[in-house]
Amino acid sequence: MRKPALNDEILLKIEKPARYIGNEVNSVMKDKDKIDIRFAMCFPDVYEIGMSHLGIQILYDMFNRREDIWCERVYSPWVDLDEIMREEQIPLFALESQDPIRDFDFLGITIQYEMCYTNILQILDLSQIPLSARDRDDSVPIVIGGGPCTYNPEPLAEFFDLFYIGDGETVYGQLMDAYKENRHNGGSRKDFLEMAAQIEGIYVPGFYDVTYKEDGTIASFIPVNPHAKPAIRKQMVKNLTDTYYPKAPVVPFIKVTQDRIVLEIQRGCIRGCRFCQAGMLYRPTRERDVETLKEYAYQMLKNTGHEEISLSSLSSSDYSQLKELVTFLIEEFKGEGINICLPSLRIDAFSLDVMGKVQDIRKSSLTFAPEAGSQRMRDVINKGLTEEMILDGAGQAFEGGWNKVKLYFMLGLPTETEEDMKEIPRLADRIARRYYEIPKEERNGKCQITTSTSFFIPKPFTPFQWAKMYSNDEYIARAAVVKHEFQEQLNRKSLKYHWHDAEVTVLEGVFARGDRRLSKVILAAYRLGCLYDSWTENFDNEKWMRAFADTGTDIGFYNLRERDKDEIFPWDFIDIGVTKKFLYQEWQRALKGEVTPNCREKCSGCGVMKYEGGVCVVHNEGKN
Amino acid sequence: MSIMKARIKFRKFGVMRFIGHLDVMRYFQKAMRRAEIPIAFTGGYSPHMIMSFAQPLGVGVTSDGEYLDIELREEIAPDRAVRQLNEVMAEGIEVVGFNRIPDDKKSSGMTIVAAASYRVTLLESARSADITRAFPASWKAKMEEFLGQESIVVLKKTKRSEAEVDIKPMIYLMDMEEDGIHLFLAAGSEQNLKPDLVMRAFVEFMEEDIDSVPFHYHRIDVYARKTKEMETSGASCIEAATGRGNCKFISLGELR
Repeated sequence: MRKPALNDEILLKIEKPARYIGNEVNSVMKDKDKIDIRFAMCFPDVYEIGMSHLGIQILYDMFNRREDIWCERVYSPWVDLDEIMREEQIPLFALESQDPIRDFDFLGITIQYEMCYTNILQILDLSQIPLSARDRDDSVPIVIGGGPCTYNPEPLAEFFDLFYIGDGETVYGQLMDAYKENRHNGGSRKDFLEMAAQIEGIYVPGFYDVTYKEDGTIASFIPVNPHAKPAIRKQMVKNLTDTYYPKAPVVPFIKVTQDRIVLEIQRGCIRGCRFCQAGMLYRPTRERDVETLKEYAYQMLKNTGHEEISLSSLSSSDYSQLKELVTFLIEEFKGEGINICLPSLRIDAFSLDVMGKVQDIRKSSLTFAPEAGSQRMRDVINKGLTEEMILDGAGQAFEGGWNKVKLYFMLGLPTETEEDMKEIPRLADRIARRYYEIPKEERNGKCQITTSTSFFIPKPFTPFQWAKMYSNDEYIARAAVVKHEFQEQLNRKSLKYHWHDAEVTVLEGVFARGDRRLSKVILAAYRLGCLYDSWTENFDNEKWMRAFADTGTDIGFYNLRERDKDEIFPWDFIDIGVTKKFLYQEWQRALKGEVTPNCREKCSGCGVMKYEGGVCVVHNEGKN
Repeated sequence: MSIMKARIKFRKFGVMRFIGHLDVMRYFQKAMRRAEIPIAFTGGYSPHMIMSFAQPLGVGVTSDGEYLDIELREEIAPDRAVRQLNEVMAEGIEVVGFNRIPDDKKSSGMTIVAAASYRVTLLESARSADITRAFPASWKAKMEEFLGQESIVVLKKTKRSEAEVDIKPMIYLMDMEEDGIHLFLAAGSEQNLKPDLVMRAFVEFMEEDIDSVPFHYHRIDVYARKTKEMETSGASCIEAATGRGNCKFISLGELR
């Protein structure tokens, strides 16, 4: 039997020891003497969060199908164990073998949100890997970053040997083969990085030099190694059906955030919401074949024993075979006591009908994400949702028996006026009014409309990448306007309002569009003790502010200015297919409040057609 | 629709001892599905499996005698059920029994749990439960003194309160044997005594430092009080003096 890396005394002292012992059903054990490459796959957050991530499960399955690779998992030790590991100098270990990460060939880190950046440094530090890539020698793993934040990897440039830009299913095989070849040839770490730099989609930050203008913006961004390419093209799986999918995902012992089977029905989104980064990054929309999904559902339920199945996509209602798939799931599994979760559905007759079948109407709430309160603002963000549609959907839901509604909005969107802010509570109130139009005897008591606002953060590769953000105080002032207006509403007793923290927003904004000079801020914050910044109870804004001050970094430069049309952005070297020209055109249309049709209605020529996949192909074939 | 009841006996060892009781329950729910055991569900809007566990096991404790009762909607041969379950188990949990039990409430529902037996070993260090050392020779005599007291009052802490409790009536047997200290203690919903509480009281009685004598606890089995009507078909019983006089106990695994 495997021996845990942590001794009994530690395991009995810390919270949830199951986070660290591995041994879960479907975790993969291999003989380490019979493989060539050891890959540690990391989600830099606590086990329960990391284990809920589909991407890692896909890659874990993909790597372990290869006989010459053993892929294992590692997550951030929680703060209790973090302290013990530092005190006793216990090196961070992988869950399966319980061996130190330091002994692996690769450490792959998925980077899902900006507020995990200090956790990345924790992973490296506890693994006893030098934090800065330039300080690493052949004895430590190659550190790879992947995931959505690598579409602007620059703030992390200092800490990674390479970044993988795009869908993980595509060029990892080539990268692994290059590694074996280099080892066979007795090549060095640098030799391997040079080979990697020639693979499409692989970015080696150390091979580029950035110079800055006097005003702080980028003057030039150029490769300084002959093997490095001037532009990195995002990798994309053309056919989502004919690729890897984990039919036997790892089943955790403890309850994790996503304690269920996840069926990814499509990747990408046809709607061009202008604030949405995923909507641009993952273009073109690609669907997974419905028959294949049905087969996966059977196999995955059988292999895991999970009692819940969920669909995953950016906008499930746009999946062309949704009706067939959902009907199948209900008919096939509802009787077996399997719960069916249908997130991100547009509210219409069909979705209300199926939701009525899969959930207890009295207890559940319906979610709408109008994102903005006024029609003007919704047109600016190209949400493609009218007030009529919202009120109709809510009305149908109320008549169907629901009386709880959740609404999501953003504050601080480009061009937002006080009137736009006030429209948020007014819309919530009009939804409540719609409820009270139902005769009293047919109503299910009072209704409960819960509104949440978050503050908008402009992201790279969106039409809003040129937009300015606001200061902490300004955000709080905007939330106060909304809160105030809520108190003016007729149905205020049926309305609830929550808003998100502004301090974190400011930081996320800086790192989302930041450059490689920010690596030193992240390092300084980590040295000051910042960790688990996405956890409210651990977030310490004062330390962060000190890190900015100590490194002489001005938040205003990153957040408070509207960027020029021709400014070189830190992420411009990445080619996602969607052109900067298209994004700028969309930015201009946004400022004029002009809407742009979705990919199925009309091709807007965003540029991603060169990938010859998904909706770009289907759409044009359909026309011919 | 339930047509029969069955009692599953399993062992818990290795790293699985770090998985808490609630998670073991979740683990078995998923395992039932993976093993395709035709378990019965409750009715209602969100049906759940009909499953009840005998006696929670503390984190860190290993066991050879853990039990859960389930109801089945179809017949399944016991040996097949055991095989199918073991095919989907994680290392550290092994199913060792699957027996049909009568439908009446008296023998099922896990309200019948009355006692549990444990083996306590003394460790070289709290760092590993695998490396044991011999108990000091003096402990045997001290144990007799300890048990000879009129009462053994300890401070029992729960989440909400602290109370002084006399645990002596709940210690049915306590012996020094070759492989460790054997405890036979009250268990179940009526009276329940955890083995670490006994050992802590004993160590304090000897005026030793609790941190210098790390123990590992292993549950051997769980028992019901034997009543006259019980069919025991030659099964072995444990007889012990309890607060209510002498009683016979029979392993849950041997009740039919």
